[in-house]
Amino acid sequence: MAAENQEKRGLMSETDLYRMTDLTKTYENRTVLNVPELVVERGEILGLVGPSGAGKSTLLRILGFLEEPSRGQLYFHDRLCDGEWPQIAQRRKVTMLFQSPLLLRRTVFDNVEFGLKLRGNKQGGDRVHNMIRQLGLSELSAAQARTLSGGEAQRVALARSLVIKPEVLLLDEPTSNLDPYNINLIEEMIRRVNREAQMTIVVVTHNIFQAKRLADRVGLLMDSKLVEVNETAEFFNNPQRAETAAFVKGEIVY
Amino acid sequence: MIEALIEGVQLIFSGDSGFWEIVALTLITSGTALVIAGVVGVPVGAWLGLRSFRGEGFLNSVIYTGMGFPPVVIGLIVFLLLSRKGPLGWLDWLFTPQAMITAQTILAIPLVIGVTMSSVRGISPTLRMQLRSLGATESQVMRTMLSEARFGVIVGLVAGLGAAISEVGAVMMVGGNIEGKTRVMTTAIMLETRQGNFQFALALGIMLMSMAFLINLIAVKLQTE
Repeated sequence: MAAENQEKRGLMSETDLYRMTDLTKTYENRTVLNVPELVVERGEILGLVGPSGAGKSTLLRILGFLEEPSRGQLYFHDRLCDGEWPQIAQRRKVTMLFQSPLLLRRTVFDNVEFGLKLRGNKQGGDRVHNMIRQLGLSELSAAQARTLSGGEAQRVALARSLVIKPEVLLLDEPTSNLDPYNINLIEEMIRRVNREAQMTIVVVTHNIFQAKRLADRVGLLMDSKLVEVNETAEFFNNPQRAETAAFVKGEIVY
Repeated sequence: MIEALIEGVQLIFSGDSGFWEIVALTLITSGTALVIAGVVGVPVGAWLGLRSFRGEGFLNSVIYTGMGFPPVVIGLIVFLLLSRKGPLGWLDWLFTPQAMITAQTILAIPLVIGVTMSSVRGISPTLRMQLRSLGATESQVMRTMLSEARFGVIVGLVAGLGAAISEVGAVMMVGGNIEGKTRVMTTAIMLETRQGNFQFALALGIMLMSMAFLINLIAVKLQTE
């Protein structure tokens, strides 16, 4: 596994998808995020762990262009993001799945089709059906979203994110409210799109076991600061920082 | 009393042209007021519901005051605006259906704006982020949020129509209750009651209540789909 990751990353090293330097986000003089340096590599699964309120979600929203950094540089596709750029066409390559499914008051099919409609694609019916089938939702295609269980709803939300074939998928605690069956289905799908479509994935999780299962690399945020990023095996077995060591040993209660 | 009620019901089904003329004018003026209030109020309400800005609290107070504004004061203002020496006197609208529609629209708009605004605000702010993250432009976000708030918007429109159709004072002041020209159901009920013409007043009353009931029935139906 580690060797395979090494090889995969070796191929991608020239093409960093995101690069951040000295990036901070402040709300009214309160620093909520500080990233000295971070690279997101094309085609990797990057896990972000850390206690609640450590800035994980803020970092994810910045990667998703939903918030702008207060200071510092963010590069996407080797180009500096500056408010003018990226424009809607580039922003549409990045999508985010939230902890709660946030479905629209429509049918399952209409929810999954939503992103395609936004892009003016009205012939996406087959793609929608195919995605619904892959997530085991075919029988619920015509059901109203509000009638679904939590796990079903989150699978619909994932289908809605994936049907637009994003280049980057950002996941904000995507399975924290779900049962093992649904967690497994969603993780399986995440691995599959990463493998088959080389989709770049950044996943924020409270669950260090999920980070172990999914991620090629893992980053730790603590007290609003990105402390360490490392290969998953290294991160857990040979942490470079005292905070990381304490966190992986479970000494930090969160 | 019972006698008048029976005669009133008979009048509704007798095809009395004066009666139906009044009903038709009521529907035309209230309906027009509702359309204008909807076309203006729904987008404004949605826009206000999606944005936070300085003076928001003040604006909310203005809208909520408007939702409960004494109609008779609206009537007075519209009367002064449209009177011959008023700034809009050149329109020559006083004592016409246009004047009544103006007053009814002013009454209905704050209701439509206020209810639309609060139902849009009631939608999770994270949903907005989710929509943008799925690739929605700002106008697509607004349209989707409005569609999510559609049940609230319907309530706002029904409230607006209810205010317009049941209004007496303002409509009487600016319309003048002229037979065959500006006489609507509410003003006719008032006049006929005063003249002791109870069966006519009751017939109109029954009709007005049935219409109100029907409108709400449709609204509830739309909400439960």
